[in-house]
Amino acid sequence: MSIQANAKHQDPKVVFYNDPKIRSLFFQCFLLIAFLALFYFAYDNTVANLKKRNIAQGFAFWNVEAGFDISQTLIPYSAASSYGRAFWVGLLNTLLVSGLSIFFATIIGVVIGVLRLSKNWVVSRLAALYIEVFRNVPLLLVLYFWYGAVLSNLPEPRDSIAIPGDIWLNSRGLLVPRPVMLDQFWVVSLSVLLAVLAGIAVHRHARRKQAETGERLPAGWISTLLIVGVPLAVYFAVGQPLGLDLPVKGRFNINGGLNLAPELVAMVVGLSTYTAAFIAEAVRAGVVAVSKGQTEAAHSLGLTDGQTLRLVVMPQALRVIVPPLNSEFLSLTKNSSLGVSIGYPDLVNVFTGTVLNQTGQAVEMVSVTMLVYLTFSLLTSAFMNWFNTRVALVER
Amino acid sequence: MTDATSLSFVRSAVIPEQRPPHRVSGPLVWMRENLFSSLLNTVLTIVFLGVVGWVLPGFIRFVLLTPVWVASSSKDCSADLLQHPVGACWGFIDAHFGYLFYGQYPAGERWRVNLFYALEALGIVWILLPKAPFKSAGLAFFFLLFPVIGFVLLSGMPIIGLSTVQTHYWGGFLVTIVISTVGIVASLPIGVVLALGRRSAMPIARLVSVIMIEFVRGVPLITVLFMANVMFPLFVPDGWRPDSLLRVLVGVGFFSAAYMAEAVRGGLQAIPRGQYEAAQALGLGYWQMMIKIILPQALKIVIPNIVNNFIGLFKDTTLVAIVGIFDFLRTIQASLSDPNWRSGQMPLAAYLFAAFVYFIFCYGMARYSLSMERRLQTGNRH
Repeated sequence: MSIQANAKHQDPKVVFYNDPKIRSLFFQCFLLIAFLALFYFAYDNTVANLKKRNIAQGFAFWNVEAGFDISQTLIPYSAASSYGRAFWVGLLNTLLVSGLSIFFATIIGVVIGVLRLSKNWVVSRLAALYIEVFRNVPLLLVLYFWYGAVLSNLPEPRDSIAIPGDIWLNSRGLLVPRPVMLDQFWVVSLSVLLAVLAGIAVHRHARRKQAETGERLPAGWISTLLIVGVPLAVYFAVGQPLGLDLPVKGRFNINGGLNLAPELVAMVVGLSTYTAAFIAEAVRAGVVAVSKGQTEAAHSLGLTDGQTLRLVVMPQALRVIVPPLNSEFLSLTKNSSLGVSIGYPDLVNVFTGTVLNQTGQAVEMVSVTMLVYLTFSLLTSAFMNWFNTRVALVER
Repeated sequence: MTDATSLSFVRSAVIPEQRPPHRVSGPLVWMRENLFSSLLNTVLTIVFLGVVGWVLPGFIRFVLLTPVWVASSSKDCSADLLQHPVGACWGFIDAHFGYLFYGQYPAGERWRVNLFYALEALGIVWILLPKAPFKSAGLAFFFLLFPVIGFVLLSGMPIIGLSTVQTHYWGGFLVTIVISTVGIVASLPIGVVLALGRRSAMPIARLVSVIMIEFVRGVPLITVLFMANVMFPLFVPDGWRPDSLLRVLVGVGFFSAAYMAEAVRGGLQAIPRGQYEAAQALGLGYWQMMIKIILPQALKIVIPNIVNNFIGLFKDTTLVAIVGIFDFLRTIQASLSDPNWRSGQMPLAAYLFAAFVYFIFCYGMARYSLSMERRLQTGNRH
């Protein structure tokens, strides 16, 4: 009773340097000043150093003639083109090698991940061996291995190795048929687009019908037929407007076709075999994360194995798989910067390598390159946030 | 009516003994259930065994049965000159062994490198073995004493009789170990501070930490190394001229600290709020609460993640070759371009050896992280 009567609300008196608010304010001001001071120190030194070494500043170099050649260019480029053009060539090469590697790494990774889960002892052990080997050696070594030990030991063009499908492999890289589009090809492209739209429409209709009547239409079959059948029919109807420029083996050399440089082949093979091991682990972890009760419940509801996988296990597993898969894709894109080690002309090689050496403008080159990769990773995390809100568990 | 015998489902006669089920265990049953349970499984088993049977004998022959163990140049390994097929040229590794593991460190001073390796091994085993005594002494040794001793030992100190060895003489496996050790020793404390900053109530501390972490995690290590190599010398006054190995160490330290911060943050998030509240109720200040209550629990949970980061760091040390540091893989590349040892078959053997070395270290760490994970799981099971 007496306590209540005496209790007047009053802040305990503390010395000002023990007050948490003042402390936090003081610490933050200190941090900010220290940070700005460090920045100013670096900036001041940089300006002084650049002046002393006679290095230009700013982006005036962007339109200056580059004067060097690049071995692989997706857009027209010559030594007379500008540094800015070289930047785009490098960026496109990075995107090309990342895109191809992501495609192959996903296929190999999912296959190995599924094999790893197999009840078959031999199969699952061999998949585990693959995963352990590639996860525990450096990527650079994998690239050196494919480039220095495998591809450079391939025979000269006159003894090229033939791969079924008019593909040739020799010390100058991989030769594949080059598709040549003839005049009417746009009709086929249009029909593909229309068929895909029609397929989506069929799916929507089937879903609505099932919600209303409970009747299930074979939407999967219909749309597959549409997407494969219609373009094929159109293709033959307008007279096969797609030619193939086949590589033809002569006595000493191979003419025609599309020549993929050994550097590109080594990068794609190396990046995809390496990243596949990580993707396989992500896939395995995702499938294992779906509890066994889910499968059993689906079976007891009378779903077939295929339906269980498609309708019950996969949607739940994907929620676990997609985030790590996505970060694997991002790190693959970042790892493609290792192209510099085997001479693949990617962004880092062209821009932070050759252009930096020619202009000496280290700050601009490194900043632009970092900015490009930062943009990639920001886009990826934006996609991840969107995906997570979409697939997040909605609990009632 | 209630008589049991009148119920039709109650058996009234004893059924005769039945034979035991046919083979419920044993290798044949195991094979039937695991290898040949269905048509698809049978096909898979045969195909995969076929691949193994096709690859393995050739591999064993190449690595163990027909290699050349001692050689003085690539001629000693040439199948054309020896007139019989040869496997891996291990003589190449043998001839370059000193270079691969010590770089150009003066031959008379290599005992210092060996002592460094031994002290490092001691520190790591001390910290990692869960049952090792005096754990905190081990941590102090590895994170405080060992970096100083290691630095004095390797770079020398004329006063105590160790001659100075410039860092450009260091190379090979030594540099790989130095970079990963510095990465580990620097990244843990910086990473913990960054992680605490990211979860701090102070907006500016949070902002600074988030920028540092997300910036470094968003760019490839190579660009960080380029930054350390070509931009860092511009940032400091002209007279400083930082050592090229030091520049790379700064880059690697920052890079791994950002990744470490994210691992530690995961641990901090997993600690229930009650722990923070209990610590505050006991009257502990922020640092007391973190050091005595929160961090010991949080770090323990994320030991597997931290070790996985170390594996990544150990593999990433190979990238320093691109900015001109001679690490283990780079010395192998350099030895391969030696004119005396030029041969098309040489890279395969050399890379197999490199893969073997990296694999042993990374796989060892991975197994450790897995066993810790299991240990921690049983610890939490009630």
